[in-house]
Amino acid sequence: MQLTGAQILIKTLIEQGVTDVFGYPGGQVINIYDALYEYKDEINHVLTAHEQGASHAADGYSRATGKVGVCIATSGPGATNLVTGIATAMLDSIPLVAITGNVPNSLIGKDSFQEIDITGVTLPITKHNFFVKRIEDLADTVREAFAIAKSGRPGPVLIDIPKDVQVGRYEYVAQPVVEKKPLPKVKDSLIDEAVKLIAEAKKPYIYVGGGAAGLGMGKDIVAFANKIDAVIGCSFMGLSAVPQESERFLGMQGMHGHYASSMSQNEADLILAVGVRFSDRATGNVSKFAKQSKIIQLDPDQAEVNKNVRVDLGLVGDVYDSFHRIAEKCAAKSSPEWIDRVRQLKAEEQAFEAEIAAANTAPITPKQVFDIINASKPAGTIITTDVGQHQMWTAQYVTFDRPRRFVSSGGLGTMGFGLGAAMGAYVATKDPTILITGDGSFGMNLNELATAVTYKIPVVIVLLNNGVLGMVRQWQTLFFGKRYSNTVLERKTDFVKLAQAFGADGYLAETPVEFKKAFEKAIVSGKPTVIDVRIDKDELVLPMLPPGGAISDIITKVKA
Amino acid sequence: MENNKFVIAVYVDNQAGVLTRVTGMFTRRGFNIDALTVGETERPEYSRITICMSGDKYVQEQLINQLKKLLVVKKVEVLSDEPIKRELMLIKVKNEAENRQEIMTAVDVFRASVIDYSTEGMCIEVTGNPSKIDAFVKLMQPFGILEMCRTGIVALDRGTVTLFNK
Repeated sequence: MQLTGAQILIKTLIEQGVTDVFGYPGGQVINIYDALYEYKDEINHVLTAHEQGASHAADGYSRATGKVGVCIATSGPGATNLVTGIATAMLDSIPLVAITGNVPNSLIGKDSFQEIDITGVTLPITKHNFFVKRIEDLADTVREAFAIAKSGRPGPVLIDIPKDVQVGRYEYVAQPVVEKKPLPKVKDSLIDEAVKLIAEAKKPYIYVGGGAAGLGMGKDIVAFANKIDAVIGCSFMGLSAVPQESERFLGMQGMHGHYASSMSQNEADLILAVGVRFSDRATGNVSKFAKQSKIIQLDPDQAEVNKNVRVDLGLVGDVYDSFHRIAEKCAAKSSPEWIDRVRQLKAEEQAFEAEIAAANTAPITPKQVFDIINASKPAGTIITTDVGQHQMWTAQYVTFDRPRRFVSSGGLGTMGFGLGAAMGAYVATKDPTILITGDGSFGMNLNELATAVTYKIPVVIVLLNNGVLGMVRQWQTLFFGKRYSNTVLERKTDFVKLAQAFGADGYLAETPVEFKKAFEKAIVSGKPTVIDVRIDKDELVLPMLPPGGAISDIITKVKA
Repeated sequence: MENNKFVIAVYVDNQAGVLTRVTGMFTRRGFNIDALTVGETERPEYSRITICMSGDKYVQEQLINQLKKLLVVKKVEVLSDEPIKRELMLIKVKNEAENRQEIMTAVDVFRASVIDYSTEGMCIEVTGNPSKIDAFVKLMQPFGILEMCRTGIVALDRGTVTLFNK
């Protein structure tokens, strides 16, 4: 059947299983939007307030489901507005297909109106990108983009389509959904080596990352930890990958990780790393990281092995397969001394946490807020965050009851990510969705509140409002002699009125009782809601490993 | 760890923008390159990039792994310690009567050839190992080098070894 390029694009998206896209129209994508109008019964388009919101929504959509998220923007500024969202997806290995229009081939390279070399701009922040010069290549390019985005280590792919390709006509023949390219299976000899290392270990630590989060192997990891008497810690990106009720689960390690998790990782004699990349925020000073431990790394990406940390054994390929073959071949064993030591570390952790909590006399503390959220959130709730102190508190305190429930920008640390991502996650799942944010981050992309209201996306926004840029201020407190340069927000924003002005609900919460009341109302209201929670500006995220520091530098309390 | 010189050969898709993808990755990851050449191969769908660089084992391993991640890269190999290496240089030197004989002797000894000649200057073509080219440049310096350009090296493994049967 002969179709226009724009129709071929949308037909191919539908053919590849896409049901929702996020975007914003403009001069060089009018034809694509015309095709979206034509096929609106088969594909849902969410119009965001800004292209950046669309890119984060597509990202959140993908994180919550594992499907490829799709966003659309026009040429020039539309395309450049996607850049932060694409980079966010790149750093966290999220499969995304970003589609941009461009000026017609005849105007390319002439600095035409709204012309930008977006494939050039996004070269370092995409897994791959395409400029579709000829309509003959369009459908297959879209299919290849989906295959690339979801295969191996996932990532974002951008397709730039000049206007004349959208307007031209060509034959379209539907094709089946492209499958993920299978990952290679690791050699038996390497699996045996891993089994041998694990058999020799007396203090095993299973370190779970984002690479395991979507593989649905959380219960198997816990079962394996039980079998070999190991403890489990995770990186920031690995949160929600493992069921948290297990006593062996120590939570996040790293810069703001749980004390027992970071300490026991440092004392372990074997680290089984499942889909982690040993980011600097997770390791601190690499030359002092887990020095006496053997490290086995399971990853789909060869380039991650020995990149940040030297490992003893790298198993590159299908992580799920490698893990299960290792788990099956390992004999059961016990290490009571190790478990006792970890219990002792946990007791130390609880002691200083209790001390911190007791010393805190603020009318409402982050810990109290998260206790209420944990107790009142419905099963399967998706928690998204922005970036800063609130994000780290979320990582420390929130309990997740299933995988893909934690949606947060880890690698890039994108303030302004959360609201768009929350909308995407909700559109994908229709599950209860909460955004934990701060007044700094929320200020960056709060325009998407308009979108949430229009599309009836009942995201509950818990705004931990301390009137400062808390995380940078915390560094200034600890490392810059309290010289608070540009971190005090002397704004007069009334977030309750702001929410109402957008057509959302707004509540103020200055005590735990007020917060609980507002939160419980919000969660059943079916409306987007902002809860302005007034926390103290001097709250700190603890413990903290100073940047570039070793585990021995861990800060667990700060003198007033 | 020791800093060694090594030569990497890369087969890439022969299409627009490929060189940018490869060199962009080098810049982004902080790899320093001594020389890089690109050209056609026995297979028209591929180009061959030859990269000379120095670094320790870590740099070499990272560079290869990162290259393999680029979708346009089809094959990457580090060449053996002593591959056949050739470089071509065009060098323009002052043609002064008192130096002429010495320059011509050097051309002779280096099996170079004079490819352009005027009363003011001559242009010499030299081919060989990079070290031979270096030596020739050094030799010409006292006579006055007007301009020179080098291609960077191309290299193949010895024997019947190819990138695809290594």
